[in-house]
Amino acid sequence: MIKYQYRGKGPEHLLALARNHERAQLLALFFTMLRIRMIEEAVESRYHEDQMKTPIHLAIGQEAVSAGYSAALEPSDYVFCGHRTHACYLAKGGDLKAMFSEFFCRANGCAGSRGGSMHLLDKSVGMMGSSAIVAGAIPLATGSALSSYLKDEKRVTTVFLGDAAVEEGVMWESLNFALLKKLPIVYVCENNYYSVCSPIEYRQPPVEICKKAEGFGALSFSVDGNNVLEMYEIAQRAVAHAREKGPVFIEAHTYRWRGHHGSGDDSHTGYRDVQELALWQSQDPVLMMKQVMYSLGYLDEASERVMREKIELEIDAAFEHAIHSANPVKEDLCKFVYSEGDTHVVG
Amino acid sequence: MLWDEKLVEENAKTKNPLGEGRVITYTQALQEALVLKLKQDSRVFLLGQGVDDPGGMFGVTRGLKEMFGAKRVFDTPVSEEGMTGICTGAAMTGMRPVYFHNRPDFLLLAFNQLVNHASKIHYMDAGKTSVPLVIWSAIGRGWGSGPQHSQAIQGLLLSVPGLKIVMPSTPYDAKGLLLGAIEDNNPVIIIEHRWLMKQQGVVPEGIYTIPFGKGVYRRRGEHLTIVGTSQTLQLALAAIDQLKAEEGITADVIDLRTVKPLDEAIIFESLAKTGKLLVVDTGWAMGGVCAEVGCLVAEKAFHLLKAPIRRIGLPDAPSPAGYTLEQFYYPTDVTIAQTIKEMVRGK
Ligand SMILES: Cc1ncc(C[n+]2csc(CCOP(=O)(O)OP(=O)(O)O)c2C)c(N)n1
Repeated sequence: MIKYQYRGKGPEHLLALARNHERAQLLALFFTMLRIRMIEEAVESRYHEDQMKTPIHLAIGQEAVSAGYSAALEPSDYVFCGHRTHACYLAKGGDLKAMFSEFFCRANGCAGSRGGSMHLLDKSVGMMGSSAIVAGAIPLATGSALSSYLKDEKRVTTVFLGDAAVEEGVMWESLNFALLKKLPIVYVCENNYYSVCSPIEYRQPPVEICKKAEGFGALSFSVDGNNVLEMYEIAQRAVAHAREKGPVFIEAHTYRWRGHHGSGDDSHTGYRDVQELALWQSQDPVLMMKQVMYSLGYLDEASERVMREKIELEIDAAFEHAIHSANPVKEDLCKFVYSEGDTHVVG
Repeated sequence: MLWDEKLVEENAKTKNPLGEGRVITYTQALQEALVLKLKQDSRVFLLGQGVDDPGGMFGVTRGLKEMFGAKRVFDTPVSEEGMTGICTGAAMTGMRPVYFHNRPDFLLLAFNQLVNHASKIHYMDAGKTSVPLVIWSAIGRGWGSGPQHSQAIQGLLLSVPGLKIVMPSTPYDAKGLLLGAIEDNNPVIIIEHRWLMKQQGVVPEGIYTIPFGKGVYRRRGEHLTIVGTSQTLQLALAAIDQLKAEEGITADVIDLRTVKPLDEAIIFESLAKTGKLLVVDTGWAMGGVCAEVGCLVAEKAFHLLKAPIRRIGLPDAPSPAGYTLEQFYYPTDVTIAQTIKEMVRGK
């Protein structure tokens, strides 16, 4: 039985929205999504080799959320996220080599092999960190927004969270405080309807998540998370509102194509209907955008091939880098338990 | 609420502060530290339930909102986990929060952010982020506070890498350790004791810090070594002063000042002379500071021991609310003196 229908307006709407955007912007958005998809697929295809000894949470099927959203951010804006890190990290500009090194447990991984795939960060591009504890990064991001408020900066902090994260009390503690102080923060909830194998109807009464946030007083949006332009346009409004006026909550409806973690689909285990997956795959965010690009004449087979080759080269080089990087040494184990200096980023 | 308060007041009056110089109360010493830091460092801000109410955290924060403005000194929602995460996020992004709690019991709601986040972020980020966060709370012994309002939870936190735990026992230390905590680049938990708040002591003006992990001798003597912190250390001092006057029993009394990091060297140094160890703590004896110090000595300084180690902490039971049961529950100078006599007489 299909429990969760695609609720968006489909490819025609994407095409209609595309007519309002510049070609370069559209190409950039498509490139970001395609790059995330290809990187995720490449990671997945090598995962069985057991060289990446880290639990992965693939974002395949959900690329439009991070790609569309992050395009509305300034490089100096901050992003935090939960365990499903890859797409958020890449969309914010996180370094691919450092990400792969982290997956391969190398000393030069972005977290020095202390965090693994659930803890990606790249402070040089404002990717501030993530938490493997559901909802754990939500107050951290709120605190980052508090910093901006105290320092009178115009920086916006964003936190990506899953639909299960709103079942934790700290979500609402954070939103309550953020609204109280009018902090510059956007909460982006990627509602993919499942927490591991538990459908949302087993976990939450049928009230839209964005309505709950609205009840707290936040400006809230419900978005087709498979439509990269809808995502981008709402993100622009949300980020502008957060920067000037205060907290925004976005609920983006999307679907994860793979199992909760690891490689491959696990629908056959029975917690969701394969027909449901097929339905959502027919609304593939990357393919939808590609078709729009073709019909607008912004992309053709030759230019798409060039794009793909560029990404493939980058992926190969990043794998080479990670595979040939050094492992940590024993002396690294107890390093950085305590901070000796003041390491926060300034500016 | 009067019975114990009277006792505390009496104690504070009858005890003459040692040394020469300006005498102020424990509370004033703490406030002075806050004022100095708020003036000196624009990154410092204070928050907590009731920091700006008429009580002002036993007077520690009274008047600071008026002095430094509502942006830097503010009341919070009753959201301990959320606010701890928010402080952590603010610390990660360059601020120096000092977060006040009336009682350590309320920190239990914040363990996710303390133990899973604040204490680990520096390590997980491979040293790229520091969390200069101070969390302050005061143990509420007596006044019928009972099982949920008088817990001393330092033992629960002792095994968490990345945290520092400070437990002052004098006004001089309270100020110097708080100043040090605010300057530290790590999450520091300060566990005060309500019964010390009215104590008077010599306190220098201006900024000075007391190094963490360095204990201090409060008495020098021959017959045994007493190790402890905070209010129980004051009880032990009362006990040994009495015993010295009455029976000529003397002890090295070591104030650890911080239980994490823990000064091993000073304990071993003293034991080399006395050969007998008594550990006292405001918390449960099992698995806490008493247990850790005892184990450390058994492991590394067994050869120095002439008698079994003794510990005086709380029994393996919650703290009762009722007056009579409380009398059985808590150590006093009399019960400590009794144990000392047993140890010295070799019973
Ligand atoms: C506090 C906490 N409880 C449980 C888990 C185990 N867990 C890891 S991911 C996950 C599912 C979260 O679902 P959701 O927030 O919807 O994100 P998604 O995986 O769908 O991206 C759970 C329950 C956890 N990591 N942290």
